[in-house]
Amino acid sequence: MAPPERLGTVLAAKREAGRKLFVPYVTAGCHPAWLEVVGELAAAGADAIEVGLPFSDPMMDGPTIQEASRQALERGTTTASVLDQLARADLPVPIVVMTYFNLVHRAGEARFAGRLAAAGVRGAIVPDLPLEESGPWRDAAEQARVDPVLLVAPATPPERAKRILAVARGFVYAVGLMGVTGERQALAASATAVAERLRGRSSLPVLVGVGVSTPAQAAQVAQVADGVVVGSALVRRLLEGDDPAALGKLARAFRAALDDA
Amino acid sequence: MSAVQPAAAPEPLMADPGPSGRFGPFGGRYVPESLVPACLELEAAFREAWDDPGFHQELDDILRVYGGRPTPVTPCRRLSAQLGVEVLLKREDLCHTGSHKLNNVVGQALLARRMGKDRLVAETGAGQHGVATATAAALFGMACTVYMGEVDVERQALNVFRMELLGAEVRPVGSGSRTLKDAVNEALRDWVATVDHTHYCLGSVMGPHPYPWMVREFQRVIGDEAREQCRTLLGGRDPDWVVACVGGGSNAAGTFAGFVHTSARLVGVEAAGGSAMGHGAPGVLHGMRSMLLQDEDGQIGEAHSVSAGLDYPGIGPEHAQLGSVGRAEYVTADDREVLEALQLLARTEGIVPALEPAHALAFVVREAGRRIPSGATVLVTLSGRGDKDVAQVRELLRGAP
Repeated sequence: MAPPERLGTVLAAKREAGRKLFVPYVTAGCHPAWLEVVGELAAAGADAIEVGLPFSDPMMDGPTIQEASRQALERGTTTASVLDQLARADLPVPIVVMTYFNLVHRAGEARFAGRLAAAGVRGAIVPDLPLEESGPWRDAAEQARVDPVLLVAPATPPERAKRILAVARGFVYAVGLMGVTGERQALAASATAVAERLRGRSSLPVLVGVGVSTPAQAAQVAQVADGVVVGSALVRRLLEGDDPAALGKLARAFRAALDDA
Repeated sequence: MSAVQPAAAPEPLMADPGPSGRFGPFGGRYVPESLVPACLELEAAFREAWDDPGFHQELDDILRVYGGRPTPVTPCRRLSAQLGVEVLLKREDLCHTGSHKLNNVVGQALLARRMGKDRLVAETGAGQHGVATATAAALFGMACTVYMGEVDVERQALNVFRMELLGAEVRPVGSGSRTLKDAVNEALRDWVATVDHTHYCLGSVMGPHPYPWMVREFQRVIGDEAREQCRTLLGGRDPDWVVACVGGGSNAAGTFAGFVHTSARLVGVEAAGGSAMGHGAPGVLHGMRSMLLQDEDGQIGEAHSVSAGLDYPGIGPEHAQLGSVGRAEYVTADDREVLEALQLLARTEGIVPALEPAHALAFVVREAGRRIPSGATVLVTLSGRGDKDVAQVRELLRGAP
């Protein structure tokens, strides 16, 4: 069997076809039916799904994902349990994991990347691993055919952004605002500004995440970006008791807003 | 006492770690991209300031006329007679605000001013660093927010009020273990969102580069002064042993910096319930690669100690290096030993130490005449005074079996 297509290849092809990309996020294990939620998100038209591996000290995350991580760990969620579940699920879209570097470091970069690949995971976002520290992880991920996604922030100077884009794989995660993850009343001006700055600079799709909270905000971002990552808006509803179908419905609203953008 | 020879160290110890911020395999700068430019700006500002005699002049002046430096080294006559070793105390408890923390925050506040930042954010465990930061903010006319775990807010209520008196806002942190580790997370989250006008005034030799190096340099005044003072008191000799408590490890790093190139044995004393060196494994947290309490999956463990200032699952990366190459050793003291040492110093010398340096004393009390040979000279850094802990110690002693 041919190995699955790389995350970057899948997403770039969709972008070339004129589609705005939708990558919803869910914290693995934050809800007993989290994997069902992943299925609903895929059915709702997600282009890839970001699965958070819970960490005890998620310093880039706001209250919603902190709480989701806490509940997931309290339920006994581990990297192994999540990857087992993902490996057994036959998901129609690529899975990208998001986690903090200590989980990678503890396992060892090569071993961690191998475990992701074995579970069918095609990309990884490690937000506390900036360019200068990322070399060994990028090499290990590349070996395992897992795309190491890198972040560009509103504070990143142009010369530095160029160096990041040169080694990023999968997609470029453009951080929409200076702050932690979480919903915001209005879209930050920095969300479109950071996407503007990156437009046309990379062969990879540029997705804006952090602070993209509503379908309308997603549509606004999609005017300048190739797509969005949406996390807290979905996870909050899951924590508040919404069922997977309700999450699917909200995801379809994001999908529709992006298709109309 | 013969010296412990450093095991063939490939790099000079306690030097400038260079742009990578590495101390051997430890250190580095593991922060989200949003914070990388701020860390680079801070490193550049610190390098420039540290090369500027004008900066040193201003810092030294403030620490002298405002902070009360130099602090003395006190020979402990009655305690030494009782233990059979010659104990000298470096008296950081006599610094303004009652601990060594002021040395670092005055340096960082001056840097913040040079960088045009008008707000300080800090984490605190026992409250000493929070009080020091609030003090520096008042002195320089800056806004100040201090994050403190809910558990610590409760056991250090008096320090919370002190910070508020000084004009700081104290924000209790209810996540995780609700102690120092979680206060650091929350301070970092604040900083990501406010970095354009806010300086993160980190309180120990931890965090992303340049903090571990910069804080050690701001604290090396402890070791530099103590070495001169010991030479005067000991007829030109250095002490045989140099002992300091270690949470993140700033007073120990500042102390060791003055003695790392002498023959003195360097000992860092951790809380038995929070021994990153004894029970930890290499990991990455709060911007650094160091020794961390963690499980098999890499989830961070929780430290448990009577002392809020030592309730931290990690240790500064330079200590991890000093320990791994054998230049310093890291040991523990348990809560019972600590309370006994605190009372012993109070009764023999009329000095009530904070619970944190009582760990360093507890090691000396336990090992005098055992690992520390009779007649040896021992310098202990008394990093802070015990006033903040009096109510807690009273409760502990009442509850003690």
